[in-house]
Amino acid sequence: MAGVSSQPGFLMTTMEKGANWARTNSMWPASFGLACCAIEMMGTGAAHNDLARFGMEVFRASPRQADLMIVAGRVSQKMAPVLRQVYDQMAEPKWVLSMGACASSGGMFNNYALVQGVDEVVPVDMYVPGCPPGPQSLMHGILSLQEKIMDGEIRRSTGVL
Amino acid sequence: MTDIERDLDDAAPDAETTDRRLPDHPTIAALLEPIGAATFEVKKNASSDAIYHTMAVPVSEWVGFASSAKDAGFDLFIDLAAVDHYTHAPRFEVALNLVSMTENLRIIVTTRVPYDDPTVPSVTGVFAGANFYEREAYDLFGIDFPGHPDLTRILMPDDWEGYPLRKDYDIGAVPVEFKAGSADL
Amino acid sequence: MTDTHDTEADVVLGEEDAPVADEVQGPEEERRQLHDVWVSGTEERFPFSKATDEGAQEFLPRDEDPALLIQEGIVVDDDYVEAPAVVEEERQIINMGPQHPSTHGVLRLQLELEGETIRRVKPIIGYLHTGMEKTAETLNYAQGSTNVTRMDYLAPFHNELAYSLAVEQLLGIDVPPRADAIRVLMTELNRVSSHLLWAATMGMDIGALSMMIYGWREREVCLDFFEKTTGLRMNHNYIRPGGVAADLPDGWEADIANLISLVNEGVDEYEELLNENPIFLDRTMGVGVILPEECKQYGVTGPIARASGLDWDLRKQTPYCGIDQYEFTVPTGLHGDVHDRYEVRIEEIRQSLGIVLQVVDSMPLGDYRTPDPKVTPPPRKRIDESMEALIHHFKLFTEGIMVPPGTAYQSVEGPRGEVGCYLVSKGGARPWRMHWRAPSFAAVQALPAMMTDSLVADVVAALASTDPVLGDVDR
Repeated sequence: MAGVSSQPGFLMTTMEKGANWARTNSMWPASFGLACCAIEMMGTGAAHNDLARFGMEVFRASPRQADLMIVAGRVSQKMAPVLRQVYDQMAEPKWVLSMGACASSGGMFNNYALVQGVDEVVPVDMYVPGCPPGPQSLMHGILSLQEKIMDGEIRRSTGVL
Repeated sequence: MTDIERDLDDAAPDAETTDRRLPDHPTIAALLEPIGAATFEVKKNASSDAIYHTMAVPVSEWVGFASSAKDAGFDLFIDLAAVDHYTHAPRFEVALNLVSMTENLRIIVTTRVPYDDPTVPSVTGVFAGANFYEREAYDLFGIDFPGHPDLTRILMPDDWEGYPLRKDYDIGAVPVEFKAGSADL
Repeated sequence: MTDTHDTEADVVLGEEDAPVADEVQGPEEERRQLHDVWVSGTEERFPFSKATDEGAQEFLPRDEDPALLIQEGIVVDDDYVEAPAVVEEERQIINMGPQHPSTHGVLRLQLELEGETIRRVKPIIGYLHTGMEKTAETLNYAQGSTNVTRMDYLAPFHNELAYSLAVEQLLGIDVPPRADAIRVLMTELNRVSSHLLWAATMGMDIGALSMMIYGWREREVCLDFFEKTTGLRMNHNYIRPGGVAADLPDGWEADIANLISLVNEGVDEYEELLNENPIFLDRTMGVGVILPEECKQYGVTGPIARASGLDWDLRKQTPYCGIDQYEFTVPTGLHGDVHDRYEVRIEEIRQSLGIVLQVVDSMPLGDYRTPDPKVTPPPRKRIDESMEALIHHFKLFTEGIMVPPGTAYQSVEGPRGEVGCYLVSKGGARPWRMHWRAPSFAAVQALPAMMTDSLVADVVAALASTDPVLGDVDR
C-alpha cells in the first residue's frame, strides 16, 4: 500500500485513505517517557485530558507493538543509543513526536550532557514545544500529526535521517 | 605568588570568622580537639534558627575524622560533594555532610587536595553510602579515592573523556543559529 | 577502565596465551555486534551501535567484581543467605531498563537471578544526566530557580526552596512572613501532589491499574491551583531568592478549601480500595525491607527512613520558613517494608492538608518578597520617581543579584527526603559551584539492600515504594 504513484487511481487512493484512517485512529504510543514531559504525557493519558478518545490510551511497553514514539524529555548522551535502538525495533509504519523543548532542541540545557534535539538521532515527524507542554498542547500535536497522516503528507518512513 | 601563599594559609575561602579555638558545642569540640589544626565556622540557616558547623581538616586526617565523627553520634550520612577551586590552590575540595540525629546537629567537614595529586582516601569503609557519591566526584572531577571498591564512571558513559565539572572543561554549548543571523559563530 | 571478559579463552589457552581481540571474538565483541542496529528498510548499520561502552559500569563476573558486597546488599547488614550448593550456570543476569514501564524513569537495574530469587542488584544511572550543576554556574541567582526546579520534577517547589534558602543564607537576608507562609503553602501542596502521583504509579505497578486514574484526578486539582498562582503546571520558577515571584491570586482561599475537601475524599477512596485488599497486602507486607541502620549508612531520608522507624523530619528538627507555628505530626512506621511506606505517605498527605488549612487561616498580610533593593527589583512606578530605583532595576537586570563570597548549605524536607543545596560563591552574580544533595540518589544506592533475596515481582513493588525521581538522581 505504500509508495507514491504519479497517477493514482481511484482504487489505490481510496484504499490508501482507508489505511491512513485506520492508522491514525488507533495509533499506539511506545512509552518513552524520560523526564518532566513524561509526567505531562501521563497526565494527558489520564482521565482529565483523555487520550483514549483518540484511540491512544494503550501505551505499549514493547516497541514492537507500537506505532508512535513520543520522546518525552531530555535525551542525554548515554541515552541516545538506547533511543535509536528502541526506534529501530518499532515496526513500520512508525512516527516520532518530539515532545517538549529538550527533545526538540536541547531546551534550556545547551551543554555537554544532552543531545541537542532528538532529530540528531531519529527522524521526527512532529515537534511539540513547551517546558513542559501541557496536555492540551500535546493533544494538539498528536491531532496535527494524525491530520498529516490522514492527508497523506507523511508517507512511509525509511528510518534514514 | 602572594595569592597562592595567602590561600594556602586559610583553607576556607571565607576567612573572617575562622577561629583557632574550639567551638562551644561540647560534642564538636571533642571531635576537633585531637586534630588541633582544624578551622571551623558556625553558620545559621536562612529563615530558621538552626545552625551547623563547618570545619576543614587535612586530608591525612580525613578517614580518621569521619570515623570518630560516626562514633560521636554523627551516623546519618547526608552528602559528599566536590568543588573545583581552579586557580585558588589547593584546587579540589571535598565536603562531607553528616548529621547526628540524637543531638540534632549537622557538620560539614571539608578537605583540600592539590591539582597534581587529587587523592582523597575513601570513606566507604565508614559510610557505605559514600559509594555513589565518590563515584560521582571521580566521574565529574577526576578525584581519586583509593580504597573505593568500584571507582568507575557513574553519570557519564564509560568511555567519556574528560571530567565535565572541572572549571577548565567547557560547558559544551552548541552555538545557536538564528534565521536572520549570520552563519559564522 | 574496560575489562576484557575473555574468560572462556583463558580457560582454553591459559592466561599467557590469551589471544588479542581481533583474532578471537570474545564475548564483549559478540555482545556489541548483537547490539548493532539496522536502519529500517536498508542493509546499513547505524553508527550508534558502538556509541557507548559501559563495560565497567555493568555487572562483572562474581569472582572479579570488587563491589560484590554492596551489590549483594550485605555491606551494612550481613544477612545474606546463600542457598547451599548453588550452581553457577543456574544464575542468569537480567537487564531491567532503561526503557521500562515500571522503572519510574530511566533507571537501569542489572539483576542476577537464581530462579526467581534476586542475588545481586546493580543500579546503573546516568541516563538522564543533564549537567544541571554545570549549567548552574552559568546562570545568575535569579535564573537559578529555573534550573533547579527541573531536577526533582515532581517536587519543583522544594527544589526552588532549597536553592532560595541557600542563596538567602549567603546574602544574610530574611524574607517577610507572608512570603514564608506562601512558601509553606506551596511546598505542602506540592508534597500532596507528589504523593498523589506516587500513589497512582505505585498502584499501577502493584496491579491496581485504576489507581493511576484516581491519583491523577486529584493531582489535576492541585495542578490547577499551581497554574492559577504561578502560571505553570510544573517547573514553576516561583520561589526565588528574596521571596516568591507573585502574590496569591484572588479567591485562593475558596480554591484551597475546595482542593482540601476533594483530595481528602480522594484519599478516602484510595484507602477503601487498597487498605484491605488481600492482593495489595500480600504484595506489600514484608517486601523491600530496609533497616534503620542501613538507612543511616546509605543516607536514605524521608518517608523511607520514617517507615523504618527513624523519626527524622527536617520540618521538625530544623524548622524553616516558620513551619514550626503549624501543628502537624510526622508519621513513622515500624517494619520498613513497602506497606509501611504506603501508610506513611498516605498519612503525610493528610497532615500536609492540615498544614495547608492552618496556613489559610493564619496567612499574614504584607509583602510577598523582601523589600531589600539589592535583591528585589523596585515596583515599576517607582522607577519614574526615583533615580536609585532606576539604578537598582538596571543593576539587577543586567548584572544580577550580587552575592558575597562564602559557602552555604541548606536543606528542606522534600517528599523524598532531604533536598539540599550546597552553594559556593566567590562573589559575583553567578555561583562558583552548586552541588545538589538529591534524596533519590541515596535511595537508588540503597536498592540492593532492599531487593536482594527477594523475588522479581518484589523488585517492582520495592522500586515503586522508593519513589525515585531520576531527574534528581542524575541531575
